[in-house]
Amino acid sequence: MKIMVCLKQVPHQDARLDIDSAGTWIQESNIKFEINTYDTYALEEALRAKDEGECEVVVVSIGPDRTTQALRTALGMGADRAVHIKDEEADGSDALGLAKLLAAVAKEESPDTIFTGFMSDDDNFAAVPPMLAELVGLPHTTAAVKVVRGDSSLTVDRETEGGSYEVVELPLPCLVSVQTGINQVRYASLKGIMAAKKKPLDVKSVADLGLSGSVGAGAAKVKIEKIAPPPKGDTAELLEGSTDEVVAGLVTKIKELGLL
Amino acid sequence: MAEYDSVDFLQLDELLSDEEKLARNTVREFVSREFLPVVQEHIRRDGSFPMELVPTMAELGLFGANLHGYGCAGMNNIAYGLVMQELERGDSGLRSFASVQGGLVMYPIHAYGSDTQKERWLPELAAGRAIGCFGLTEPDFGSHAGGMLTKAERKGDGWVLNGTKRWITNGSLADVAVVWARSRDGIGGFLVERDRPGFETGDMKGKFSLRGSVTSELFLRDVELPEENRLPSAAGLKAPLSCLTQARYGIAWGALGAAMACYDEVVRYTRDRIVQGGPLAGKQLTQEKLADMLTEITKGQLLALRVAQLKDAGKLHHTMVSMAKRNNVDIALQIARQARDLLGANGIVDDYQSMRHMVNLETVRTYEGTHDIHTLILGEHITGMRAL
Ligand SMILES: Cc1cc2nc3c(=O)[nH]c(=O)nc-3n(C[C@H](O)[C@H](O)[C@H](O)COP(=O)(O)OP(=O)(O)OC[C@H]3O[C@@H](n4cnc5c(N)ncnc54)[C@H](O)[C@@H]3O)c2cc1C
Repeated sequence: MKIMVCLKQVPHQDARLDIDSAGTWIQESNIKFEINTYDTYALEEALRAKDEGECEVVVVSIGPDRTTQALRTALGMGADRAVHIKDEEADGSDALGLAKLLAAVAKEESPDTIFTGFMSDDDNFAAVPPMLAELVGLPHTTAAVKVVRGDSSLTVDRETEGGSYEVVELPLPCLVSVQTGINQVRYASLKGIMAAKKKPLDVKSVADLGLSGSVGAGAAKVKIEKIAPPPKGDTAELLEGSTDEVVAGLVTKIKELGLL
Repeated sequence: MAEYDSVDFLQLDELLSDEEKLARNTVREFVSREFLPVVQEHIRRDGSFPMELVPTMAELGLFGANLHGYGCAGMNNIAYGLVMQELERGDSGLRSFASVQGGLVMYPIHAYGSDTQKERWLPELAAGRAIGCFGLTEPDFGSHAGGMLTKAERKGDGWVLNGTKRWITNGSLADVAVVWARSRDGIGGFLVERDRPGFETGDMKGKFSLRGSVTSELFLRDVELPEENRLPSAAGLKAPLSCLTQARYGIAWGALGAAMACYDEVVRYTRDRIVQGGPLAGKQLTQEKLADMLTEITKGQLLALRVAQLKDAGKLHHTMVSMAKRNNVDIALQIARQARDLLGANGIVDDYQSMRHMVNLETVRTYEGTHDIHTLILGEHITGMRAL
């Protein structure tokens, strides 16, 4: 059995985000990164399968040098191997470009299951997992809140609108994107971190995956025009001043509006 | 609120390997997620440790992380130091728990134990299924442990132990106590299991300091032990002192964790706290205090890191550990006091952590060789004259 887990390194939840000078992304220097929350649950789901029996867990990530930290953490948590797609040519890829890169790895690896996070904390696209599955030709489902492994299939509870669940069965091989809270994610243990030093971490370029010219900014059909903080709504009022002044203003407002 | 981050003024992170940073991160996450939410409740109860966290601590590999084999992580001493730093960022009691289990119980068994003792205890202690304690100090002998009154006498092929040990971390929680006792052949180490007839424990109550840790007395009345329970290679006071060097090393890093917790808290607080015309952080007197804190933490980091490198290279002398323990605990205590001061009245309640660290550090200053004892060790090193 082989499970592939796609994980992304995203700005830390508590990182202070400033928009870069081009206005199309955030300033990445001097902020901390972590593994996308959804992806940690995907990894845990794979590691649980490994705990139960013979299973190899391969983690795959696309990103610059710093991404090594995320992959090493995943190896420290118990994954067996890592593939790091590191190439400037991949920069500026849209969801389809990223899916193509991951699909190329998936085709080489031919895993029995691919687990991904439902979406990424930073982009919120939720587009890569279904695209990846389609490119590889795998049945897929999203927003899994429970996965039960059978011999040749997975039974997945997926979250639907309004708090109800839909139960689907997928034949293996397949792809499942995982919702947060599906399990309790383990820590990387000190022993695991030591063992991770000796685990293989392969670095691949866009050319290695045979995708030169078909990914990256040039090939992207979706381009980020601009990112910006939400505009101030017509009825919104921003309170300014020192903490004391803001608090006093807020209290006055609450009283004025008779909210208490 | 932005998450806690350690001080890295001199970009010392560049000197750390990936594993060292990952070790630090994973322990930091554990402390933030699982320990800090419960610490207040344990501090309010005197002498109570969150035992429910022990299995997770064991899974993380926090017990004996720098030992090799027997289920231990086998990390280098930099990583081990960073682990201690992160634990003490939570509370000195949390770090003490790991220091005692790893440095004072697993280490002597690893270094001086028989193969049978190692196989029986090390995997259990590493897995947190067994808890250990280290009994050296006595009511009448602390700094001068060599004067100990606890006696081990031969009886047939075995031994009989009599005496009292006091101020023993985890004493009443322990499944096995490493007890140091004087016999005709000098000082030796003995493994005393909890259920040995004649062995009893009681807890020290009314502590102002290290309340999130259990401190006990051990009473040994005609406790009979087979020869297999003696640590065969531990001969003389050197053996317990070598354990203390291990634990003191960890404290040199741990104290920095406590200092950084206070520094982090007080920087945030003084930015938000408005006094006469502006934030407290904007006042010159505050800035002098913060500048001193940052400088002392950074110097302490350099000291700890260099001592770690020398320890890994096998070039460490115990006087270097004395300097690191003495200095880093001292600066941590100064920083905790200053931080408490800057927090004003808020600083005396347990919603803020600086005062908790401050009172904990009073213990840390006393145990593992008091500040003054380390002064005298360094004094002897400098002058060749023993003032101890
Ligand atoms: C919370 C806590 C947990 C502890 N855990 C453990 C444990 O797990 N195991 C264990 O064995 N012990 C433990 N200890 C004991 C600790 O190691 C001793 O308290 C320490 O060694 C000091 O001994 P003492 O308390 O007898 O002080 P003393 O030795 O009486 O020292 C009192 C003062 O006199 C000074 N002094 C002593 N001798 C000299 C000298 N020759 N010249 C000048 N000044 C001197 C000291 O510096 C100090 O200021 C713990 C203590 C505490 C508070």
